[in-house]
Amino acid sequence: MARMGRWGWGVALAVALIFLALLGWAFVEQGRTAPTAGPAPSFSLPLYEGYDGGLGIREFRLQEWRGRPVVINFWASWCKPCEEEASLLEALWRKYRERGVIFVGVDYLDVPSAAMDYLRRFEITYPNGPDLGTRISRLYRVTGVPETFVVDPEGRVVFYKAAPIQPGELEAVLDPLVK
Amino acid sequence: MRGPCLLGFALSVVFLVWALAVARPAEAQTPAPPVPDDEVNRVAQQLYCPVCENVPLDVCNTPTCIQWKEEIRSMLAAGQSETEIVDFFVSRYGMRVLAVPPPQGIGLGVWLIPALGLFAAGLWLASRLAQWRRPAPTPETQPEAASDGAARALDQWVRENW
Repeated sequence: MARMGRWGWGVALAVALIFLALLGWAFVEQGRTAPTAGPAPSFSLPLYEGYDGGLGIREFRLQEWRGRPVVINFWASWCKPCEEEASLLEALWRKYRERGVIFVGVDYLDVPSAAMDYLRRFEITYPNGPDLGTRISRLYRVTGVPETFVVDPEGRVVFYKAAPIQPGELEAVLDPLVK
Repeated sequence: MRGPCLLGFALSVVFLVWALAVARPAEAQTPAPPVPDDEVNRVAQQLYCPVCENVPLDVCNTPTCIQWKEEIRSMLAAGQSETEIVDFFVSRYGMRVLAVPPPQGIGLGVWLIPALGLFAAGLWLASRLAQWRRPAPTPETQPEAASDGAARALDQWVRENW
């Protein structure tokens, strides 16, 4: 019986340790915030049909656009604040695409039909696709939408905003990158 | 003047006969019956929308949840099964949308840790019970301190009188 008791203690200790490790891991994960500087996490985004921004691609891979500034915008069709910036982002894409800037929309927790309606309603033409499995939003520690990141030609995050983009904000970041 | 009149009359009759021949009674458009809320909720209760944490989809009424439920309704109307719909949501939004984690990967821990905990607690309890029922060994050769002797006497008195 004493042997059984030692086994019991061993298993209890192991379970407690696993539980504590999981708790610690969850605590650390929760404490992590969006990357506001340093290397931008690499990702691949399958694009919605007809939303490749004229780039002739079916999947957007961030690492393939090294050498160009990239604006990454997380949005959703159910997100009212996203509507505030939708037209502005499209206008900025049309303004900066000739200067080498890439815009990419990452559709967060959306249903495809509603997402397509949204893209049509705001006449968005830059590359857009669904964040399947919320992999990209987890990489970027997205806590809500809209959130926007600017990645410089060296692949570093140089701008982050967790609110609708206002006129002049992105220009101030992009102009020095494309001069 | 009678010729054109007769011709006109004859043409009218021919047109009337033709119209009666080809005309069909207007058929009422019968749209597919809408999928009832109960059926939608049966699938929705297996899912959680990550935007509204800790609220099951069937009782959640945020814009996201309403969209998701409408998507479920249209998938059910299209003849997709519950499993197909749940699989679609998992492939699109990840495992975290599931109300009950599957016993695989990290989800296995959710099932194993409580089971292991219960097992360990059972073992501990069993060993404690076994120790409690076994009489404590009495050392006979060891000399006793005065206080030990008093304690033993008190113990013996309690056993005899209670």
